Amino acid sequence: MSRTINLTLKVWRQNKANPGGFETYEARSISKDMSFLEMLDVVNEELIVAGKEPIAFDHDCREGICGMCGSVVNGRAHGHMEKTTLCQLHMRHFSDGDTVSIEPWRARAFPVIKDLVVDRSTLDEIIRAGGYVSVNTGGAPDANAMPIPTEMAEKAFNAAACIGCGACVAACPNASAMLFVGAKISHLSILPQGRPEAAKRAWAMVTKMDKLGFGNCSNETECEAECPKGISILEIARMNREFFKAAFF
Amino acid sequence: MNWFIETISSSIGKKLLMAITGASFILFLMIHLIGNLTLYFGKAVFLSYVAHLHALGPLIVAVEIMLLILACIHVTTGTFLFFQNLYARPRRYAVKRWAGGRTIGSATMPYSGFIILAFIVLHLSNFHFVDLSERTIFDVISTHFSSMLYVFIYTCAVVVVAFHVSHGFWSLFQSLGANNNKYMPLLRVLGLIFAVSVAIGFGFIPSYVRFMI
Ligand code: FES
Repeated sequence: MSRTINLTLKVWRQNKANPGGFETYEARSISKDMSFLEMLDVVNEELIVAGKEPIAFDHDCREGICGMCGSVVNGRAHGHMEKTTLCQLHMRHFSDGDTVSIEPWRARAFPVIKDLVVDRSTLDEIIRAGGYVSVNTGGAPDANAMPIPTEMAEKAFNAAACIGCGACVAACPNASAMLFVGAKISHLSILPQGRPEAAKRAWAMVTKMDKLGFGNCSNETECEAECPKGISILEIARMNREFFKAAFF
Repeated sequence: MNWFIETISSSIGKKLLMAITGASFILFLMIHLIGNLTLYFGKAVFLSYVAHLHALGPLIVAVEIMLLILACIHVTTGTFLFFQNLYARPRRYAVKRWAGGRTIGSATMPYSGFIILAFIVLHLSNFHFVDLSERTIFDVISTHFSSMLYVFIYTCAVVVVAFHVSHGFWSLFQSLGANNNKYMPLLRVLGLIFAVSVAIGFGFIPSYVRFMI
């Protein structure tokens, strides 16, 4: 069995001068052991040698934990594998001769900076609106001073697994950011340290999200299906509860 | 009052409006379905159900007005959400495949909603705003369903309603925050059962009236 494959890439190219369109590239002799980003590296090296502009894409850790990478590959956020970031998507999941379309996350709240790179600072703005726990300065509290049942810790951790990549927004038919916001709100509100500000936080983050031009959630659950960390839409239900508490009580 | 306006105009507030009004329609559909099932037992049973229903008098009018208000809220909020969601993604994907979260019901919510709205207008003009001085409502029904076109339209419309509630049912609990790991599978199954009951219960009435009575 051959260890390499050849692909045809249809890549979205966009910059200040170019309002955007697909360009076709050949990715030749791609090792099946490569990650999707390494495959793009190979293509980019060839482009550079040919004196052309390499494809701009975001990445950092390349081990699925930072949330920087991400594109819509063949119509799926982070590609077709479940619970995988683009940097962890391996070329062995593609076949020789495949045509692969690569597009940036598309949402009004995520304007394209260049090619596949989008501006996700709107997610940071939501965090700034309330995605934190207010603590007094001073000595760090003793570890385990506040007992937290394992079950609670696990629940909070499931939500905290969100890496903020924006795949939920990209995958949502409505470009809604509710899975992201739900995860952030849940992860803090489940723990006793985050409890006191839970309602206020939910109100602040949700109203911020609304102002930034994200769509509305219609419970399509596409976000959950595409989330590389498998965050559940139940975090959205929890966010709704916190929001109602803030609004009505 | 300010907080209230702010709440219902937020994204989650709009979900809340859709959920509460949707829940009322589901309740209404259940009652409507139970009532209409009497049609399967023939003219006499159906007419006695109608007589009992109308004996409620002003209560019926109150419920009708309520439903009208709820419908206005559901339709306006839904329309608003539909356009807002289109606006949230100015450039669509050239290639898009769904990851398996979407269902036919969920993906067609706005469209099925508009179809249902049109159907309700037709339905009310067929069976609600009619002159019953010289005939019974049963006569009106059997006259309409003697036409295959009406049988077809009504059956299709009921299928559309079934798809709409197949998503709407569990979705409203999720929107209200009344959903967790324990209840999610149950809610989804109940939603499906309800949708199928609507499809079967209402769906065969036109053909039954046309061919069996
Ligand atoms: S590059 Fe860090 S998650 Fe992919």
